Amino acid sequence: MFRPPPRASGYFRTDYRQDVLLVETRLQRSSLAILALCIFVFPFLASPFQLDIACQILLAAVGALSLMLLTGYAGQISLGHAGLLAAGAFTAGILFKEAGASFWVTLPASAVVGALLGVVFGLPSLRLRGLYLAVSTLALHFVVIYLGGEYEATRGFSTGIVIEPPQIAGFSLTDPRAWYFVLLTAAAASLMICINLLRSRTGRAWGAIRAHETVAEALGINVAGFKLLAFVTSSAITAVAGALFAYYRGFVSVEAFSLYLTINYVAMIIIGGMGSLLGALLGAVFVTVFPYLTEAALLSLPGAQGYAGEIFAMNYAAFGLVMIFFLVFEPLGLVGIWRRIQNYFLLWPFRHRPVEGARR
Amino acid sequence: MQLVVNIIVLAAIYALIACGYVLIYRVSRVLNLAHGELMMLGAYLLLTTGSLFTGHPVVAVAAALLLSILVGACVYVFLMRKMTGEMVLAAVLTTIALGILLRGVMVLIWSAQQQYPAQALGVTNPAIALWGGARISTWSALLIVVTAAVYGGLFVFLRFGRWGIRMRAAGQNPLLAAQRGVNLHGVYALAWSLSTFTGGLAGMLISLDSGLTGTMVIIGLKAFPAALVGGLDSLVGALVGSLIIATTEVLLIYYVNPLLADVVPFLVLIAMLMVRPWGLFGTPEELDRV
Repeated sequence: MFRPPPRASGYFRTDYRQDVLLVETRLQRSSLAILALCIFVFPFLASPFQLDIACQILLAAVGALSLMLLTGYAGQISLGHAGLLAAGAFTAGILFKEAGASFWVTLPASAVVGALLGVVFGLPSLRLRGLYLAVSTLALHFVVIYLGGEYEATRGFSTGIVIEPPQIAGFSLTDPRAWYFVLLTAAAASLMICINLLRSRTGRAWGAIRAHETVAEALGINVAGFKLLAFVTSSAITAVAGALFAYYRGFVSVEAFSLYLTINYVAMIIIGGMGSLLGALLGAVFVTVFPYLTEAALLSLPGAQGYAGEIFAMNYAAFGLVMIFFLVFEPLGLVGIWRRIQNYFLLWPFRHRPVEGARR
Repeated sequence: MQLVVNIIVLAAIYALIACGYVLIYRVSRVLNLAHGELMMLGAYLLLTTGSLFTGHPVVAVAAALLLSILVGACVYVFLMRKMTGEMVLAAVLTTIALGILLRGVMVLIWSAQQQYPAQALGVTNPAIALWGGARISTWSALLIVVTAAVYGGLFVFLRFGRWGIRMRAAGQNPLLAAQRGVNLHGVYALAWSLSTFTGGLAGMLISLDSGLTGTMVIIGLKAFPAALVGGLDSLVGALVGSLIIATTEVLLIYYVNPLLADVVPFLVLIAMLMVRPWGLFGTPEELDRV
């Protein structure tokens, strides 16, 4: 991953070890500490409803991060994200129902299934690019959903599979606060995996493939291998997210994994900002909170009861509008806005960066 | 015999929808994933015009078609025009977003319940008995005729029409076409309105035959593999692709498992992408990167 030079004035890297530090300056350290404090205190202050939204955000963050890895960094478009989530969820559900497997078995199992499916999803990428790749992953989405539906139908779970809460260290995981911390761990773990992958050889190879495949090949990068690796890593993380989703909801059904879910995730990385992990997180927050916000806004309007039944449709339309807005007017996403604000303060009182090579 | 009739009807449905995908892709290299929604919009427009002009089905259909042409032009002028020259992915996602927006708006205006435009128009749908004991509904028969007419018309238009030649030129090399004085924006807008016209036509005929709900979008999405199997930039390909997809779908549903219905087109699509990504009749192209 390209590491921007330190942004605080007066701070210079004097040691090679400083190149791998994630937190460099005092400002970063203190703001990170405050953020961590807020995140830890939050579940003890929030209402159950807010806690549920926070858990959804964390789940979405895992999925969005893995999709960002694939699309934003390795440059492989995937429209099969919901299929992979479904694969993870169904692996967990089926193992639980058929073998009574515990949380610690189903989670790695779904990661393995996700990785295998990643190979399947990734194989077309060796031949196809861009649009056609997106279409092939879309087709695979329908295949996975069909298999899930087939399982539900033949085993008689036509409404869905019910999963009991997982047992962790003897405790049954039912408390929303406990869930919050479990999901927080998952999200933080996937964030760390992504950061470290991206600043290593793998991440640089992905970046090269995204920038120009032929040049990457000429540089000695095993393009096919790294493409497959991108699909495998991303799918494994996604499948784990799917399994966690299944446990969190306590229920697996194919209806939950429609094409709309894929679009939701793609919207997260678009709205958040392509090619940025921060963007994936911001996008996850935005897309998860957005329907609740519009609903609250609509209900606070006068005469809300008159159209209470149409809120779902309004949400849908508003979501489409916001997506169009970001695609047309703000292609850099929320991260673009955030960087602009950051630059405003960094460059103050100037408005533009000094021109490269200009006389100082 | 009934099986053959079913295949032909389904193939005609897919072909009529698929030519909308092909038209837009061929001219502007944009994949319009909102086609299913635009098609449904056509059907809903017919519902409205049908209740406006009760007793004049022809007037109602003509008005709805005009409106859907207008919608297509508006989609290009107000939305897709801004996306010309952007990344392929961005353009595709814009159409997806447009689809979501349209779906929400349609539910808001017309509600999500099953509706029957045939009732609003006051027309019936008697079955026609064919040889060999097979039966076909009037609207399905009309759909086959319309599909044949649309393909014939498009073929003549693209081959000999002044604007048709411009459309082909824009599809082949937009820069060169623009330098030779082809109004690219006009051509693209025309492609979008033609596409919504054929899509709307398909939506109207399907809804006249079997009612109108939100599930119609799925038919639109299933027609998309038909376009791709045949080759996204070939009208003949769309026709052949539709026939292939419809045949496999009907036969597999009949002999293997009805649950397969929604997945068959995509299975065929995957097989095709593996062997010949550009489709049966498409031109091999340098596929775009992100």
